[in-house]
Amino acid sequence: MAGELPVNSNSDVVLVRQHVRTAAIEMGLSLVDQTKVVTAASELARNALVYAGGGQVRIEIVQKGVRRGLRLTFSDDGPGIPDIQQALTDGWTTGGGLGLGLSGSRRLVDEFDLRSAPGEGTLITVTKWGR
Amino acid sequence: MGVILSIPADAGRRRIEELLQENEDRVFKRWLEIAGSASGGQVDRSSLASQLRELYQALRQSFGDSGDLSDLRGLLAELSRTRARQGFTSTETAIVVFGLKEALYESVEDDASPEALRGFIWFSRVIDDLGLFTVESYATAREKVILDQAEQLLELSTPVVKLWDGIVAVPLVGTLDSARTQVVMEKLLQILVDTGSEHAVIDITGVPAVDTQVAQHLLKTVVAARLMGAECVISGIRPQIAHTIVTLGIEFGDIVTKATLADALAHTLRASGVEFTKSRGSRIAVRTVED
Repeated sequence: MAGELPVNSNSDVVLVRQHVRTAAIEMGLSLVDQTKVVTAASELARNALVYAGGGQVRIEIVQKGVRRGLRLTFSDDGPGIPDIQQALTDGWTTGGGLGLGLSGSRRLVDEFDLRSAPGEGTLITVTKWGR
Repeated sequence: MGVILSIPADAGRRRIEELLQENEDRVFKRWLEIAGSASGGQVDRSSLASQLRELYQALRQSFGDSGDLSDLRGLLAELSRTRARQGFTSTETAIVVFGLKEALYESVEDDASPEALRGFIWFSRVIDDLGLFTVESYATAREKVILDQAEQLLELSTPVVKLWDGIVAVPLVGTLDSARTQVVMEKLLQILVDTGSEHAVIDITGVPAVDTQVAQHLLKTVVAARLMGAECVISGIRPQIAHTIVTLGIEFGDIVTKATLADALAHTLRASGVEFTKSRGSRIAVRTVED
């Protein structure tokens, strides 16, 4: 299963959450892991919306050996992140939030890859592996 | 639209008008058939027939009135609105209009005159135009329905209930976005004033995921309630939510949180000085909570 969803409004964020949850249930993630990956998706989708004005997310189920994982790819054409280390620091925010969205999402998933440069948008790939 | 009607195919146009008049029964019957089968069993024949009859009259009228389609558009907009509310798809709605083309085509074929064929092309354009208009009004009507529902949901989904003298509860269900939190906060603060309550329980059992935005909204609500002299307890923290909150790194500070609404009620009752005595056979037990 693979699909690309737009993130252009708050209701799109809700839709992303629902699709991620469906995919997580489909691949048999535990309830805790489902909630974690859904929450991470919610954070990252909202980041794309708030900081880049919108973007898209790709939801796919990947296989590594016998393990299956849920991979989410968030991409946007926003202003990009000038200092990635700083952005990944707990409590750092430029948007008036708690400053835990990006750093917290990294802890909620198993693999976290962030590529961004000023003016070149942001690409975040996260993977949650089944147990 | 007036441009289309002024195409110098007057002869063809006149022929179409004549055909619509001469073969009215036949065309209308066929149109009703097409529209009826497209609408499935959702609409009863007699009301559909009267709707179509009205449209048919308005169409002929407007052809007579030098092509003023405004009455017809009004009727079509009305049709789209009702159909959008009744849950028809846009295709089912549009076919009602486009069906007239097919219905008339049979008469044109029998007539087989060059005027009729030329006129039919003109007629086709008019109907296409009206069909598109119908789809457009349908979409507008649907959007309105959705907006109305979202608004109703916002109001409906935030009840504030009184649990005990001086204790109110807000059971939250579904997604918490900024707009809803605003409504919840306003309602809660107002109820705190109205009832003079000093304790409030915010129950999040029905919230599927607590992310940083939801947490921030909750924290703000609690702080606002505190400013008004009321203590808030957040209840309904399920294991997976607790796990996620810890991993995200959200701190609830000194805000009291409980696993269930029952625990929260017990806590607030004790805090407001209500005492329970255990009598024999009683099943009410107040769990001691270590603070």
